[in-house]
Amino acid sequence: MERISIEGTPKTPTVVFDADQGLLELKGRSIPENSIEFYKPIVESLDAYSSSPKDLTNVNIQLEYFNTSSSKCILDLFKKLEMIHKNGKNVVINWHYEEDDEDMLEAGEDYQAIIKVPFKMIEVEE
Amino acid sequence: MTSFMTLDVFDFYNKMERNSIMLSFRGDITSDLLTSILQIMEAKLENIDEKPKVKRKVYNVLVECLQNLYHHRDQAKEISLKTKGDGTEAIFMIGRSNKQYSIMTGNYLLSSKVDDLKEKLDNINSLNKEELKALYKEILNNDTYSDKGGGGLGIIDMARKSGGKLEYDFMRINSQYSFFGLYIKIDNTNTEKK
Repeated sequence: MERISIEGTPKTPTVVFDADQGLLELKGRSIPENSIEFYKPIVESLDAYSSSPKDLTNVNIQLEYFNTSSSKCILDLFKKLEMIHKNGKNVVINWHYEEDDEDMLEAGEDYQAIIKVPFKMIEVEE
Repeated sequence: MTSFMTLDVFDFYNKMERNSIMLSFRGDITSDLLTSILQIMEAKLENIDEKPKVKRKVYNVLVECLQNLYHHRDQAKEISLKTKGDGTEAIFMIGRSNKQYSIMTGNYLLSSKVDDLKEKLDNINSLNKEELKALYKEILNNDTYSDKGGGGLGIIDMARKSGGKLEYDFMRINSQYSFFGLYIKIDNTNTEKK
């Protein structure tokens, strides 16, 4: 099955995608100038996974910063997840934000308003 | 005498000091340079006694501003080569007073693009917090998005993060070319958005 493991850099997040576990994680920062290039393999793997997904797909988003160029790519990932959810499998997006980071909480709520998948807003200590 | 006759370094220093400039740069905003500026600014912010959420806002707006300059560098460079001949197309400055951070950017653009951009900025400035949020979501969810950016998503994000109005000016160089200045303020006394 599909498995992606990308080490984080100052501009790109740590990414783990494990199809066997039904797990997708993005951690760190996502501020590359050209996000489409970075996210392409992840979107493709998730697309392949969506044909035979696990009963539960857990998604952990724990970003410190992300730019508007990444925001569209993250939406693309979420749209794939929405499709999985629509086809009758469980998907949960765990959106992490630091306790006083209202902007990051609001960014999560923006996605929540667009994507029909259960979101869990998780406050983490700094 | 040196070739720097027209530059009075003390006058230059005073101007920067008066405006509390933390960092200023003029030149070609390459990807590597952008990374360096962000690293320098992050280190500088690290050493300032400031609320983490203000630091995050400043960093976020910096990323969007610099990437805006980066995404428009080809056009700006071409114009700069034609008008001044050195291919130096952009300027960036950040200052900090006891009340706010000021981020300023400037770059060449085609005069034919001025009206569109002005309309976009005026529209953003006319919206309240909730309306900005709605516009952001609408453009985010719109399929016509390119790798050069997202139909002004960056500017909307700057307005949302700063919580204030975006000031700007356009200097007309000639009928073909203009210079665009953008000024963003981030309050560090009260970060509650209205």
